[in-house]
Amino acid sequence: MLKPVSYMRASLFITCYNDTLYPETGRAVVRLLEKLGVELDFHPKQTCCGQMHANTGFRGEAFSQAKRLVRLYRDAENVVVPSSSCVAMMRDQYPGLIEELGNEELRRDYAALMPRVFELSEFLIDRLKVEDVGAYFPHRVTYHASCHGLRGIALGERPWRLMAKVRGMTLVPLSNIDRCCGFGGTFSVKNAEVSSAMLAVKLQDVVSTGAEYCTALDNSCLMHLGGAMHRQYAGMKTIHLAQILASTEDSPVEATA
Amino acid sequence: MRPVASDHPVLDPRFAPPFPQAVLPVLRNPQLRKNVAHAIDVIQAKRAKLVAEKTDWQELRSAAAATRMHVLENLGAYLELFEVRCTAAGGTVHWAADAAEARQIILGILRHENASEVIKIKTMTSGEIQLNPFLEANGVSAYETDLAEIILQLGELEPSHIVVPALHINRSQVREIFARRMGLKDLSDDPKELTNAARTYLRKKFLTIPTAISGANFLVAETGGVAIVESEGNGRMCLTLPQTMITLAGIEKVLPRFQDLEVMLQLLARSATGERMNPYTSLWTGVTPGDGPQRFHVVLLDNGRSSILAKAKERQTLKCIRCAACMNTCPVYRQTGGHAYGSVYPGPIGAILTPQLMQMHHAQSLPYASSLCGACYEVCPVKINIPEVLLELRSQVVNQERRHFSRFFDPMYLGLRIASFIFASAWSFHAAQFFGRIGLGLFTRKDGWIHSLPSTGGKWTQTRDLRGLPGQTFHGWWAARGPRPSKETK
Repeated sequence: MLKPVSYMRASLFITCYNDTLYPETGRAVVRLLEKLGVELDFHPKQTCCGQMHANTGFRGEAFSQAKRLVRLYRDAENVVVPSSSCVAMMRDQYPGLIEELGNEELRRDYAALMPRVFELSEFLIDRLKVEDVGAYFPHRVTYHASCHGLRGIALGERPWRLMAKVRGMTLVPLSNIDRCCGFGGTFSVKNAEVSSAMLAVKLQDVVSTGAEYCTALDNSCLMHLGGAMHRQYAGMKTIHLAQILASTEDSPVEATA
Repeated sequence: MRPVASDHPVLDPRFAPPFPQAVLPVLRNPQLRKNVAHAIDVIQAKRAKLVAEKTDWQELRSAAAATRMHVLENLGAYLELFEVRCTAAGGTVHWAADAAEARQIILGILRHENASEVIKIKTMTSGEIQLNPFLEANGVSAYETDLAEIILQLGELEPSHIVVPALHINRSQVREIFARRMGLKDLSDDPKELTNAARTYLRKKFLTIPTAISGANFLVAETGGVAIVESEGNGRMCLTLPQTMITLAGIEKVLPRFQDLEVMLQLLARSATGERMNPYTSLWTGVTPGDGPQRFHVVLLDNGRSSILAKAKERQTLKCIRCAACMNTCPVYRQTGGHAYGSVYPGPIGAILTPQLMQMHHAQSLPYASSLCGACYEVCPVKINIPEVLLELRSQVVNQERRHFSRFFDPMYLGLRIASFIFASAWSFHAAQFFGRIGLGLFTRKDGWIHSLPSTGGKWTQTRDLRGLPGQTFHGWWAARGPRPSKETK
């Protein structure tokens, strides 16, 4: 039987697009972490980390959102974020924005907050020190590493350590795993044609695994891949890793797409 | 001359179409895309293997990055030292503020030499200042001697890569160009035969043209010397037979000491071509009586570089040693090849270098020609944080454009201004989700998916579906459920 970890509190930053487009990922995170004994809190005033504005060149707007986020979570014990690109935004881009537009107090608050901000797999492996979360998912699955998870915040072996302990799951390796799927936020509409060409190449790799599901720790890549799978009747679905990890024999979690 | 096709690439950032438009003919060209993807996959695999065998790769990168940054922070002093040492060794150093001045200096030297023909070692900088067409217009024929450059010159084609400029051309295309331009009807596409044809063509040039132009991979301040690395040895020929050599080099090319080449050359060959050592490394210092060119000129080109140097975040752009590892790993470049970048500098480095060389007056679409995947930064041997510079340039583009009235109703600017308001408070965010669900609901089919959207949304739905917004947001679900302290659930 799974033993709950020692008592811990964490605040869930669900991110704007998960809140709006993928609430099932949020529900899965809640189910997973509460099962592991984490007391979860949800700040009702949360909105966006500012990534969309920052990556498109709207620094002032991105800074406003960064400032808002740092202040909202100033007193949180831990912050869990089920999105690698949003965590990369906070780690890579907040310092520059705060340096340029912020003040000393904000810089201090930011520096104090960041060691307590975790991407989901970081929170499980580094903070809760758990690999086997008691998941059961009897399907063929391939893992898309997401550029921000792979290079941005260097998740390394963490996702694989978690996936290796999922019972019933067959993990199929994905070739060219370090290659971008072509989403890139507003890139996908500003350079829609190149983005689509990149997607076509990625989808070939993903579909040729023969897996039923493509999983990742970032729903933005999955929205891109899943949107193409649906358009092309590819016979494959996408699912956030949180949903796989929250899935048990007694209550399987529904797939995203 | 053959008529120039309307989709002939424009490699002048002042006139090139924006990137999203320039990619369209390329993306529909299966041969070009296959050639590019195949070529860079081969180079990438070779590079990965040779990088993996170096146990001190990261230390080498750090050392090179530090050396290059140190040079940039003390560039004036090192350039002056280079000038003193090069002059002492018998060279003549010229300073060119921009492309026009560099072209005039070179033409002046050629006129002084009474040269109507000149042979060239592969140089990117000459492409940057569009030297060949200028010389042609002034009665000087320039002949490329790098094999790939010969293919492009004879085929009247444009380079698409900085190290292997003809990588978008395959063997049978080379055969066609050589057969047509060299009058060799029976030429086959056997690489050996093609090389022999090029050799015969080149030998005549080497033996009859006494004036040469080169670029520089590095300038060495300590010795006043110049270093060129290459694969074919044609550069070496240009360095031995001619009487006059003109080297055109960007001011950022300087290294402090001869010894710094040790680190740079290890990184450059592995990063550029996936070789432990490039086949030919030529180093020369000034003039040596009875050996090689007896008149030696160096033209130091600024052409926008000092304005890049002045900016703290952007300065790192000039660390570049032109290895092209960034474009070989770039998933965007892999699909588009180089022409769409509208400059002789394509790929991620081109996306940051070109608009800066243009002082942000042209090529503003290039900083957006990236998905920010970070692969370029990971492989860069001198650790240029290309994504960071891309973001900095994007913000400069936005600051330029957002003041224009014409951009006020541009869907992206409008959308991001509205989004900024939406994200500023929870109530506006939740209201936007509510109205967004109603709005997108109009486009959502019975299967719960959106297959077609108008305006900017149509850019998404041209190749992907979008799942319709779920009936309940996460925060809505949480509010209905309420928090559950873990003690109660146990």
